[in-house]
Amino acid sequence: MMRFFSVTVLAAACLAFAGALMVTVWHISGTQAPVDLPGLLVENLEASGVEHPITAVLLNFRSYDTLLEIGVLVIAGIAGISMAKTTSLEDPLLRTSDSLLYALQRWFVPLMLVLAGYLLWAGSDRPGGAFQAGAVLAASGVLMRLGGTPMEFLRPGVLLRLGLALGFSVFLLVAVASALAGDAFLAYPKAFNKPLILVIETVLTFSIAMVLLALFVSAPVNDAVEPEERERG
Amino acid sequence: MTLWLMAGLLFTPLAWAVLTLLLDFSKGRVVTWLGILVQVLVSLGLWAAVASDGEFLYLLGGWQAPMGIELRVDGLAVTFVLLTALVAAACGWHASIYLDPDKPWNRYFWPLFWFLWAGLNAVWLGGDLFNVYVGLELISLAAVGLVALGGQADALRAAIRYLMAALLGSLAYLLGVALIYGQFGTLSLAGVTDLVSNGGAQSNLTFPLILMLLGLALKTALFPMHGWLPPAHGIAKSPVSALLSALVVKASFYIAARLWLDLGGDLGGYALAQLIGVLGSLAVIWGSWLAFRQAKLKQVVAYSSVAQIGYLFLLFPLTWGVTDAISQQAQQGITLQVVSHALAKAAMFLAAGNLIMSVGSNRVDALAGVSRFLPFSLFSFGLAGVSLMGLPPTGGFAAKWLLLQASLASGQWWWLGVLLAGGLLSAAYVFRVYRASFIEATDTDQFYHPSRSLEVIPMILALLSLGLGLVAEPVLSVMSLPFEGAGS
Amino acid sequence: MTSALLYAFAGVALCGIGLFGFLRLQHLLRKLMAFNLIGSGVFLIMVGLAQRNGQPDPVPQALVLTGIVVAIAATALAVVLIRRYYHLSGQTTLAEPARENVRPKARAVNREGAPE
Repeated sequence: MMRFFSVTVLAAACLAFAGALMVTVWHISGTQAPVDLPGLLVENLEASGVEHPITAVLLNFRSYDTLLEIGVLVIAGIAGISMAKTTSLEDPLLRTSDSLLYALQRWFVPLMLVLAGYLLWAGSDRPGGAFQAGAVLAASGVLMRLGGTPMEFLRPGVLLRLGLALGFSVFLLVAVASALAGDAFLAYPKAFNKPLILVIETVLTFSIAMVLLALFVSAPVNDAVEPEERERG
Repeated sequence: MTLWLMAGLLFTPLAWAVLTLLLDFSKGRVVTWLGILVQVLVSLGLWAAVASDGEFLYLLGGWQAPMGIELRVDGLAVTFVLLTALVAAACGWHASIYLDPDKPWNRYFWPLFWFLWAGLNAVWLGGDLFNVYVGLELISLAAVGLVALGGQADALRAAIRYLMAALLGSLAYLLGVALIYGQFGTLSLAGVTDLVSNGGAQSNLTFPLILMLLGLALKTALFPMHGWLPPAHGIAKSPVSALLSALVVKASFYIAARLWLDLGGDLGGYALAQLIGVLGSLAVIWGSWLAFRQAKLKQVVAYSSVAQIGYLFLLFPLTWGVTDAISQQAQQGITLQVVSHALAKAAMFLAAGNLIMSVGSNRVDALAGVSRFLPFSLFSFGLAGVSLMGLPPTGGFAAKWLLLQASLASGQWWWLGVLLAGGLLSAAYVFRVYRASFIEATDTDQFYHPSRSLEVIPMILALLSLGLGLVAEPVLSVMSLPFEGAGS
Repeated sequence: MTSALLYAFAGVALCGIGLFGFLRLQHLLRKLMAFNLIGSGVFLIMVGLAQRNGQPDPVPQALVLTGIVVAIAATALAVVLIRRYYHLSGQTTLAEPARENVRPKARAVNREGAPE
């Protein structure tokens, strides 16, 4: 009885919330936005160095957001590998020798790598970009991992940490170099807009894939009870 | 010059996060000391620059507001940047000695610490609604990572609970941002404020404002949404608890306050302001009472945070529908409360960490006899407690005095009871800890003695909190710079 | 009423359903999925509302892309935490563990030790 009552109250509250939201959205949709941001973007697109407006927003106009966003991703990666057990990587359960999987992989992995490369390249003038490419790259890594390919570099060692940090550090270096060159933080020099953005996209793709893959692998698989649980004694 | 300072301020924490990620704990510690030095100098420089030349806007990427992201470098922001530098420096220093370098996971403390710092700076300076969201997420994820570090089941439970609350709060905020962007087509807080004060679509924006305040209040652990805070702050390592209580919860409050001061005058209402004030008051009373009842020392300090955060929300009723002078007074009082609580609570958590390390238990009654053995840490704990109680001449007193004056001047005398009761209740829980530590017990004579510098750090913070009341005038004069132009 | 606005209203519905799930469900993974549902709803509202006139607006699309990455990072971190928590305690909810005098029936070992 009590339970039914609480569910009803909760459902009513959520309905009320959705209703208020609906009304607000409806009211807002009847007005005209006073600032024409898309128009402003079109006017300034040429100065940004990329033809695709979304990529221009991500990597030029609002590049600080993107920098911090990659930071968030790296944090998740760090927190993930801080939980990892080195031994879990060699868990025998993960070693399969399924010939069907193996055959599938031979077809899929190269295809996915090409797709990742295409998405990266496409980002400059049509849908695509670093994150999409990184996600596909990570997915191919997950596939290989599930198929039993040992990936030594995913141990929580220096290689993994380098991989996690690479994209972020290159992005940051560009930001600082542009700040020291006299312009503001993250203001790319006009002449190098395009190559710089391409370099950033490439390393970001790599690092995003590393983070996602590391998070996939870092889940603890071994069943050892932690002996180091208590700090004292 | 200021451009260099800004680049240093934004760049150092991020760069140091990457550097320390590549190094192990001991090397990371040395590198961190260097980074802390840089960061403190840069923050001091920026504070001095704003104090002498006034506020300015920093255009990231050289793009102006609706196109790009602007950072608002004003007196309040640089005060908080400086506060962050002081508290984080103290916590970083403490952690470098306190944490065990042999535990493999402690190496990840440094990168998370630096990312947290970067997020805090991004939030203090943020002038763009969406950018602030990313900054908040940076802070939340780094904080959750720090709580979960080491990964025991209890810590994980606290971390997951914290993460869920933080994520829900961020989404509520983001939903508000989405609606505001839909209305105005801009994300710049200054731009939105201009449009609202010119009478643009005010009735449509009350719901988004409430959503954002609700989300941020959840992230700040306002009563009754405080349930996630005590487990997370109580179970983390002491330097982490100090960072979380002193700085992290202030970040979401800071954004809520900025939103309220910029938009609340037009979009808020008397009932909303009073409701938030009442919730804050309940937090003061309930949090203090629960702090008094806790069996574990760090839970006492954590519940005390819930109570002290409650005071901050008195900002909302005391700045709505009052004259500029009263609003100004309330804002100064709240700012002083943020600063003095940050210093005092960091001191308290670090001192509590020392006490726990010394007696080997987190329980309050295990402190018996520690007064003779670790008087220095206990004294820091007490000094910080004096500031929380609001006795003169501490920063806590100056803050509560200003709030008291603002309450009386605005005719909202009912907040006086909260200020008095809160002070008395905090005296009760601080004295309880003292009483436990002065009991002479015969069977406990094996205390571990923490290193001298561990004891010095909380003392410095406690003294700063104590002295804040004496130097409140010059500090306040820089803090209140932005409000003179803004007007509410 | 344009199709973009339809997306916004779908987002509203997702937000409501997701909120209900988030508050109601106890299982952590389900809670996390509810969180993602709310997130998708917010993203839909953000893009749909801004493009209500039928003209594409790249800014909210870019914001949503950033938001998705942040949400993925948070989700991945939460999954790692939840999985390890389950691994250590055998629990899938945040309910407090049983008292010391009542033996937990899960395979969790006794761990009421002080954290410090």
